[in-house]
Amino acid sequence: MNHSPNLLDEALGLTGRGFGCGALSQGRVVLVEDCVETSGAFVLHHLVKRALSTDSGGNVIFIALSHSFSHYDRILRKLGCNLSMHREHNRFHFVDMLKVEFPNEIQKNAVEHGLVDLYSKILKAVEVSSSGDYSRAHISIVIDDLSILEIVAHGSVDHVLDFLHYCITLTSEQDCSLVILNHEDIYPEMEAPRLLSHLIYLADFVIKAEPLVTGIAADVHGQLTVLKKGTFNDSQYTDKASNFHFQVKENGVELFFPGTRC
Amino acid sequence: MAFNRPPLAGDAMATTPTVRSSSFSRNISTSAASSASSPTPGSRIGSGGAAFVSSGIPDLDRILGGGFLLGSLVMVMEDAEAPHHLLLLRNFMAQGVVHCQPLLFASPAEEPRAFLGTLPAPVAASKEERQRAPGPGHDEQDQGLRIAWQYKKYFGEQQFSDAHNKDSKQEFGNNFDLRKSIERHMLSAQNVDCISIQKFSNLAPLRERCSSFLSKLPGNGAGLAGRIAIQSLCAPQCGFSDWDMVSFVRSLRAMLRYSKTVAIITFPSFILPPSFSKRWQHLADTLLSVRAIPDEDKDLAKLLTGYQDMVGLLHVHKVAQISSQVPVILEASTFSLKLQRRRSLVLERLNQAPVEGSSGTSYGTAGPCSGSLKGSSIDF
Repeated sequence: MNHSPNLLDEALGLTGRGFGCGALSQGRVVLVEDCVETSGAFVLHHLVKRALSTDSGGNVIFIALSHSFSHYDRILRKLGCNLSMHREHNRFHFVDMLKVEFPNEIQKNAVEHGLVDLYSKILKAVEVSSSGDYSRAHISIVIDDLSILEIVAHGSVDHVLDFLHYCITLTSEQDCSLVILNHEDIYPEMEAPRLLSHLIYLADFVIKAEPLVTGIAADVHGQLTVLKKGTFNDSQYTDKASNFHFQVKENGVELFFPGTRC
Repeated sequence: MAFNRPPLAGDAMATTPTVRSSSFSRNISTSAASSASSPTPGSRIGSGGAAFVSSGIPDLDRILGGGFLLGSLVMVMEDAEAPHHLLLLRNFMAQGVVHCQPLLFASPAEEPRAFLGTLPAPVAASKEERQRAPGPGHDEQDQGLRIAWQYKKYFGEQQFSDAHNKDSKQEFGNNFDLRKSIERHMLSAQNVDCISIQKFSNLAPLRERCSSFLSKLPGNGAGLAGRIAIQSLCAPQCGFSDWDMVSFVRSLRAMLRYSKTVAIITFPSFILPPSFSKRWQHLADTLLSVRAIPDEDKDLAKLLTGYQDMVGLLHVHKVAQISSQVPVILEASTFSLKLQRRRSLVLERLNQAPVEGSSGTSYGTAGPCSGSLKGSSIDF
């Protein structure tokens, strides 16, 4: 299903021709930040839809800590993507972590074992994807959302970071990219935000969803800032920041530069 | 008691035929009544197949677009100065008792049963009809104000269709009389379970209790919806660790997803460290906060109409949304809590008072608003 790329796709470099054009290119880590006033979940939905679209033929491994499968299924159905069908064809792997606990009382290193378990599940899913019909396809690992993983790990930032580092090795070894949703307002500026600064360091793209400075509006739901990490290319340093407004709809998201909407 | 058709309903329709501007209103009400009466009393199916239960405050149900979504977690941020969150809790629990819905109540008090004695009684249905339905002489009086209120005829129609829907509404949500306590015999049913969290060292027992409460509820489709009310979860006298509490909130949220229950948690957010307060707020599906209004604030009195009647403010931060990524944007998110006739709780939109000529331009009113409310936002 062809559709013109929107501003977010352009900012992420998702435009282009050829196989794998809809997917994030290899080795990309995308951090999506949001806050209580403005939810960034729609960015995840959009990226999943792009990854699963027929142009790109990619696979998605979805680690769901926040909602159940039926929630995403219903939302993505309205966006025009059938998750149940993709799940049957092994293009969409859903890791349901909604009720998973790592009880510290029962086992001594429960958190560690739990996260190792989770990583092995991801590895298995990657192997299945690489050996299936879409073996050449790009795999996107999506985590929704990281703050709940922190809660599950009883606040041990070290374990969560170790887990993230393991996932990031996948992005370099296999053709994977990592998309993480996190809540930026949880980390106050006063304390040293260890996890947040690590994430920003590791990410190639940081997408921040914020409310408008002027407050709530019915037709503009917030603003999106996309920061592309600076890279050196033949001694030339390039980085990019874009800012646009968005309105979330049932069947997609409308993005426009501030003031350009009539 | 909630299912008796009030005998005055027919009379009200017969004596005020002139108020009806179209003949469709009666048909609309009957079809709405039949579609709104779901197999489970006390819950209603809204658009998209989402099931709601009433919060016990009809105005709040209307603001939230139907009520509290079944399977969602409602959180109320308490105010340090006034216990208005108890008003919300009381109405929520009383509504559950009236509909005989299973209720689990947890609080840090030594004896949570005592709180049940303060639940309000539902307002008698017949009195309700007389209050809400517009009187016969009402319309003729307003004819004189034709120039200013030419649109009032539309409001009148709306009010009247509300009166028509009163029957179906009584099944869903009641108005509660805060001056009267609920009758003892309603509370003595086995459906109400209380637990005090003060004596526990961690939240595992409460988690167990919630889990068994949810598993005892009848399965999907049939049976009554359940209600869980937890008061002041992070109260300092309990001494739970921060991560323990947020882990409990997260697992309660996960348990609720697959069940036909609504849970309401009130918590004093100012006690938690700011990062944890934000974590709790993110976990909520519907997030409300209550604020006290200072008693004799002259600036606020000048700014808002009806200031003397206001008990407090209610701010709606987030509204639960099911199967949709579109956020719910309300026209106004701050409402005033008022006691109508000192007995029933109403929520009203804030109205800015007319600016006096002597106090300068209308821009001048923005200053005292932000200053007296400590910089927190009010949305008109």
